[in-house]
Amino acid sequence: MAQADAAANNPNTGTDASSPNPSHRQAGVGVSQANSADNVLEVTDLRKYFPILRGFFRRQVGEVKAVDEVSFHVARGETLALVGESGCGKTTTGRCVMRAIEPSGGSVLFRKRDGEEFDITTLAKQDLRSVQQHMGMIFQDPFSSLNPRLTVLEIVGEPFITRKLITNRRELEERVAQLLRSVRLDPTYMRRYPHAFSGGQRQRIAIARALALDPDFVVADEPVSALDVSVQAQILSLLKELQSELHLTYLFITHNLSVVEYLSDRVSVMYVGQIVELGRTESIFSRPRHPYTEALLSAVPVVETGKAGRRRERIILEGDVADPSNVPAGCTFHPRCPYVQDICREEEPQLIDLAGANGSQPHFVRCHFADDLDLQGVRNTLQ
Amino acid sequence: MSQTPLLLSVDNLATHFFSQEGILEAVDGVSFDIYAGEALGIAGESGCGKSVTAQSILRIVPKNGKIVTGAINLFQNGESVDLVQLDDRGQQIRQIRGGEIAMVFQEPMAAFSMVYTIGNQITEVIRLHQECSQNEARERAVEMLRRVGMPQPEQTIDAYPFALSGGMRQRAMIAMALSCHPALLIADEPTTAVDVTIQAQVLELMKDLQRDMGMALIVITHDLAVISELCDRVMIMYLGKDVESAPADVIFRDPKHPYTVGLLRSVPELGEGHTQELDPISGSVPSPYRRPTGCPFHPRCPEFIPDVCDVDLPPQIELAGGHRVRCHLYVQD
Repeated sequence: MAQADAAANNPNTGTDASSPNPSHRQAGVGVSQANSADNVLEVTDLRKYFPILRGFFRRQVGEVKAVDEVSFHVARGETLALVGESGCGKTTTGRCVMRAIEPSGGSVLFRKRDGEEFDITTLAKQDLRSVQQHMGMIFQDPFSSLNPRLTVLEIVGEPFITRKLITNRRELEERVAQLLRSVRLDPTYMRRYPHAFSGGQRQRIAIARALALDPDFVVADEPVSALDVSVQAQILSLLKELQSELHLTYLFITHNLSVVEYLSDRVSVMYVGQIVELGRTESIFSRPRHPYTEALLSAVPVVETGKAGRRRERIILEGDVADPSNVPAGCTFHPRCPYVQDICREEEPQLIDLAGANGSQPHFVRCHFADDLDLQGVRNTLQ
Repeated sequence: MSQTPLLLSVDNLATHFFSQEGILEAVDGVSFDIYAGEALGIAGESGCGKSVTAQSILRIVPKNGKIVTGAINLFQNGESVDLVQLDDRGQQIRQIRGGEIAMVFQEPMAAFSMVYTIGNQITEVIRLHQECSQNEARERAVEMLRRVGMPQPEQTIDAYPFALSGGMRQRAMIAMALSCHPALLIADEPTTAVDVTIQAQVLELMKDLQRDMGMALIVITHDLAVISELCDRVMIMYLGKDVESAPADVIFRDPKHPYTVGLLRSVPELGEGHTQELDPISGSVPSPYRRPTGCPFHPRCPEFIPDVCDVDLPPQIELAGGHRVRCHLYVQD
């Protein structure tokens, strides 16, 4: 498979094939900083505004700033999580990155395994299709993301057929069987229809389809939220295993912070279309710098197992997420922020890097008081 | 616990659904007691009979379902009523529904009618159960909305459900459920459809209301953490059976049934980092039409004992401290 040349191109993925996961994570980060040439994705000032249309003539009366000046990168082999409440633009970001919907502005740079670069936002339709081949997508609800009228063979084999990559039926079956085995499904089921499978099995089929064309990069949009608790864990471990087997890079969209901590190397917290905090998972979870992140972390209910010191002070945010068509002036979070000052109501904070405070790892925060506040994480000690 | 009066006693409840594919034993021999002011959590994966248990208590089981055996005794003012014996469309159960026992549903959008304002719907409940004028009912509704933390209740009372945000709708529904001061509130997945920050608001609100109004609470959810936040006692269900029940601090510290252990281990825990090992339960919940013989959990159980678990249904074992478990690993002492 294509992993061989990926390994040849990238010394890091080459070594991690045998080494355990944690060292691979460290290596991935080192590269992302030292050398931007190993970023799978570089997103700069991505914007997506949806028009609000009114009346008979569909006059535009305003716009919803679903994604507003979002910039981030994803290094090869790592998992970047996008978290936030519903309506904060995480799904829209994920779709714009794949150009499943047309972004309003900004650029998305995608780099293939062999180093070839593409600006996704400016590609022509034909070229876009050939680049999208290297990207996969997993959706939230496996009950609606699989066509009930197609067999598993047709669903998973469809990418090969539409792109005319495999024309021989036997070859196609072999490839699909191989894919099903890689997601731990019995290939003998490939002639069944989706209704014959449980939620967890359907999500495995969806993953097999996303991996069909051997992508470098997978956008997973809430892949476990619709599943039962015991099945969630199976899918999460599968995603983790596949990542190290196939050297995948994930953009993981979720609202579940426990899942983020389990799976991702870096986190980007979004609020009303903007990134408010971006950094290493451990540093954000042990010491968040943005009041919104702190509130999100403290809102997660925890099972009391009787371990000492688990009970944390809970911060209850008042009200709801701001309306993205009518964003508050100044800091978008100020109406709900417990630490609000006068400056927050007037001046919009910039995304600044607090690298010095957390060692050499970049840690971006959009808050006037990021340096002054002593916010509470979920762990008392660093690392 | 002995001085607080018993409020509801469910004894060997079985609710089955009759369909063309066969008999679906959604709830199959579940027993539990709720004391006044107590919070009970019912947990389990989808399809294990949690919601049907709640529907059976309120006698709102869908058409093709039927309570086959068992008794549900509601105690009030020193008298007891067996809800199973009541006519499910009769006057008496209609007084209890919304009056003595109220329910909060998962999806507030589906629980409210779209064509009436929330005030309209709340005052309707109040006037159905209490003797009062339209104006009094409206005042009480405003009061209730204020109590659940609705901003500007005098104005929002005239809002339509679609005009409210998810969290506000959830609050409006709680206000409607509580408007007649029920002795028992059943909350079916109250926070599954809302965001974490809203979930925290709703959980805090339910905790406060339960304490202030002294009502009992049944929380139905698949999220054990929600139960841990809210409940005094927990019952774990699997395929219509109550496999384990115990006080909350006991069950989370020392789970006995392999299914409970599996459920607890399959959720990544906040604060444990990405090196934590998840230990998911293998397989998934089997089709309820093809219920396994013996212990329903045996095909997925890591502690499976051949020729015992797949043959005999484990009896309910009483352990110390009000801990009950249905598993062959434990024996009555």
